[in-house]
Amino acid sequence: MVSAVTSAPSILAAGDGAADLSSGGFFAGTAWIMLVLPFVAFLAIILVGKRMKGLGAELAIGAMGVNLVWASVLFVQNMAGGIYREVNLTIAEIGTLGITDRNLAFELGFVVDGLSIMMYWVVAFVGFLVFVYAHGYMKGDIRVPWFFASLSLFAGSMLVLVGAPNLIQLIIGWEGVGLASYLLIGHYWEEKENSDAAVKAFMTNKVADVGLILGTILLGPALGSFRFSELSVAADAHSDLLGGVAVAGALLLFFGAMGKSAQFPLHVWLPDAMAGPTPVSALMHAATMVTAGIYLMARTFPLYHQMATEARPWMVTIAVITLFVLGFLALVADDLKRVLAYSTVSQLGYMMAAVAAGGYTAGLFHLFTHAFFKALLFLGAGSVIHAVHSNNMSDMGGLRKEMPVTFWTFVVGSISLAGVIPLAGFWSKDEILATLGHEGYTAFMWVAILGAFVTAFYMTRAVALTFFGTYKGHGHPHESPRVMTWPLVALAVPSVIAGLLNIPGVSWGPIRNFTDWVGARIVPMGDYHPKAIEWDLAAYGLIAAVAGIALGWRLFSPEAETQPARDRLEVPVLYPLLRRKYYIDDLYMKGVVNPIKGPLARAVDWVNGYVIDAVINGAGAVTAWLGGLVYGRLDQQGIDLLLNAAAGGTRGAGGKLRLLQSGKVQQYAGAFVVGALLLVVAFVLVT
Amino acid sequence: MVLSQFLILGALMFSIGVYGLLSRRNAVTVLLAVELMLAAVNINLIAFEAFWNTAAAHGQIFAIFVITIAAAEVGIGLAIILLVFRNRASGNIDQLDLMRW
Amino acid sequence: MTFSEWIVEPVNWAFLAMAIPMVIAALRVVTSRNVVHAALFLVLALAASAGLFILLSAEFVAWVLVLVYIGAVVVLFLFGIMITRAPIGRETNLSHDTRWPAAAAALGVFAVTFWLINAVTEQMGGFGDPLPAVGRATATGILGEGFINTYLIPFEAVGFVLLAALIGGITLARKDLTPAEEDEGARV
Repeated sequence: MVSAVTSAPSILAAGDGAADLSSGGFFAGTAWIMLVLPFVAFLAIILVGKRMKGLGAELAIGAMGVNLVWASVLFVQNMAGGIYREVNLTIAEIGTLGITDRNLAFELGFVVDGLSIMMYWVVAFVGFLVFVYAHGYMKGDIRVPWFFASLSLFAGSMLVLVGAPNLIQLIIGWEGVGLASYLLIGHYWEEKENSDAAVKAFMTNKVADVGLILGTILLGPALGSFRFSELSVAADAHSDLLGGVAVAGALLLFFGAMGKSAQFPLHVWLPDAMAGPTPVSALMHAATMVTAGIYLMARTFPLYHQMATEARPWMVTIAVITLFVLGFLALVADDLKRVLAYSTVSQLGYMMAAVAAGGYTAGLFHLFTHAFFKALLFLGAGSVIHAVHSNNMSDMGGLRKEMPVTFWTFVVGSISLAGVIPLAGFWSKDEILATLGHEGYTAFMWVAILGAFVTAFYMTRAVALTFFGTYKGHGHPHESPRVMTWPLVALAVPSVIAGLLNIPGVSWGPIRNFTDWVGARIVPMGDYHPKAIEWDLAAYGLIAAVAGIALGWRLFSPEAETQPARDRLEVPVLYPLLRRKYYIDDLYMKGVVNPIKGPLARAVDWVNGYVIDAVINGAGAVTAWLGGLVYGRLDQQGIDLLLNAAAGGTRGAGGKLRLLQSGKVQQYAGAFVVGALLLVVAFVLVT
Repeated sequence: MVLSQFLILGALMFSIGVYGLLSRRNAVTVLLAVELMLAAVNINLIAFEAFWNTAAAHGQIFAIFVITIAAAEVGIGLAIILLVFRNRASGNIDQLDLMRW
Repeated sequence: MTFSEWIVEPVNWAFLAMAIPMVIAALRVVTSRNVVHAALFLVLALAASAGLFILLSAEFVAWVLVLVYIGAVVVLFLFGIMITRAPIGRETNLSHDTRWPAAAAALGVFAVTFWLINAVTEQMGGFGDPLPAVGRATATGILGEGFINTYLIPFEAVGFVLLAALIGGITLARKDLTPAEEDEGARV
């Protein structure tokens, strides 16, 4: 039943890449505990959470803490030397299909390699801090046990997803994440708006999931296995093995990833997903939900890199549209969380662009650093919202003094996101730019640099409107309790230093480069990663960031801050365009519904009034004349006579027959039995 | 064992079921009688299966079909009885004379 | 085969040991004055018929009968009895006052069937032989193959019927609420 594969799977010509990877020790062999533990916590919270002192929070935090320990050990081990271990448990055999004459099987298991270890750790680390934070944030809120149960389910599903050794298990985790996100976004379902947002997120993801499932159905049987490892080996050894199926499958999988990772035009759910409590947003944007699509792309990277190369330009195009066009929306949003949400969409565009262009390391590195500073920013925003009881920046301002910890950590997160040297965001964004440039997407690279400018601009705007100037809200804001501030500090540290892990050409003693340890896969990824810092590109990126910050500060600094000044971006065409979110939501209303309501309806009305009515009136007149004729001659003199006779006969017969109709079911049944018996006897006697 | 003994037993059971079906007033007991009739059919099916001894066990398959349908029938039947009871505050079948002229 | 030849076979003692209680239980089902007793006698009758199935080496069907009928259907009946507040104790008007038409119809059914069985047995001359399949268990796998090969369409149809019955049962038994009551329910 259990077949532990600790080295290259065998079916096709085996790659030799896994030779220098160890199978890890005790912690790698028992990594499944990480996948199971959150589900145990989920059930336990549902069962006993209500009766516990912390309403189940301690169970969720405890499970995540154990996971963090586990993931950290693996993380450190993998930093020192690559680990590869894959365990598959066959649940059911499906049959022999595809190019390999092996049985296609439904398997569950877990995989421990550079990619999944990185994801385990990010999920566990961010998850743990968010859970602790949520313990403070949700104090006194409604349905707390259910909230923490759903959070555990969320994190657990994500761990199942990133630990999946095959596409089927990935889909299981994928759907679990979708379900948990639905539950959490709609946590305050009493308000219609929130439950609408949850439904929107769920449905948008479902649309994309069709792509993922179709891609799986296409690729699995074609390859003869659902395992990622065999996909990698196959792509490495025979890149033309699947032919056109590879491109179709790759695009379908990408469509699935577009939903979870909020790529244009399936991004619409993510800003609305702000309806959930802020810790949920932090978890969703940093670690558990939107990274799933990027993770899928990275996990199936060999498919895109070696087999379905034709698909890549399309993917890069969509990703660049996402990163550039949707980033602008953050410029005009008043809701602080919405600003961050659009920035997430934009950053996901960066990651997707990198992975699609061939920068496995670059995309994942941005995922890694982004997880820290975006979680930090969201938790910071949550801290502010907790203090002023409003999501709108027009109710904030001047919080710098009241909330020093929140302020400083938020600033750290912002400039890290903006990409200022030497913070984490700078290094990862720079690597993406270098990858795009190297892979021949020069125009897109410049667009991405411009995108960095926009990023810096809107983050400066957010910081200025939230923390500088004068307070415009009600009541007296105060710093959040310590249970909420120390996760902020804990996230600020990696937001600053995480970039140092992957400076091209620089390593820190025994700690290997991010490139090396995230590349610990069964087959080397063969992606592009810069060997040395490209200073000119770094300079462009930095200039863009600094220019964005400068412009943002110029426009939104306390001196400039008046109500009209907030709208100083009222560029004639651009501003309304952005306020209405590029009219994507309006597209359906104005583009489809109104034309039907307006001209078409008038046209129909005209036809109805003049053409049809005339016909009907004419027909009516003719009918009336005919009717008079028929009534007078035929009906009264001919037919009535017959009918009256028939009616009289029927009434007479009915009077007799109605005695049979007693309405008693059993008399009917008895008659039925007797009749059936008579028929049987007759039948037997006749034959 | 011979086939006839099972067939006669089935006939006996079926007749008892018919008696119950026609003589009972309470709707639930009428349904019980219907179950008896179905059980009688099952005995016949299984006995014939043992008699013809086919490799594919058609008789047993049909017996299972019968059991399944019977379960569905009970479900619907009880639901109807419940509805009737709610509307008429009685479980007696002879008050269900809405079909009368 | 004469009756004396028949009765000396031990397997027929087993048959009688199940058939006689079965018939008695069936009679009690249709004559008992207590609805709950009637349902419990049905259990007895069905258990006996399950025993007969095992005698006829149809183990799977026997256990299905036990599980579905005795396990589920009878429980459903008991619930039905309780929900309709049918008289749980002795109840005189459980049957109609005039029962002779029913008895006559039942006797007629039995007479016709018995006559048919006898006639066909004599005509074919073979029904008196011992049953061939007895003593050899039917592999359940054969049933499974039958369901998804030969009888796939009926199988699907039965599945559909069950679904329809489920929905129908819910629709029928559901309480129709007035709008005011619905609001009440939504708020709870």
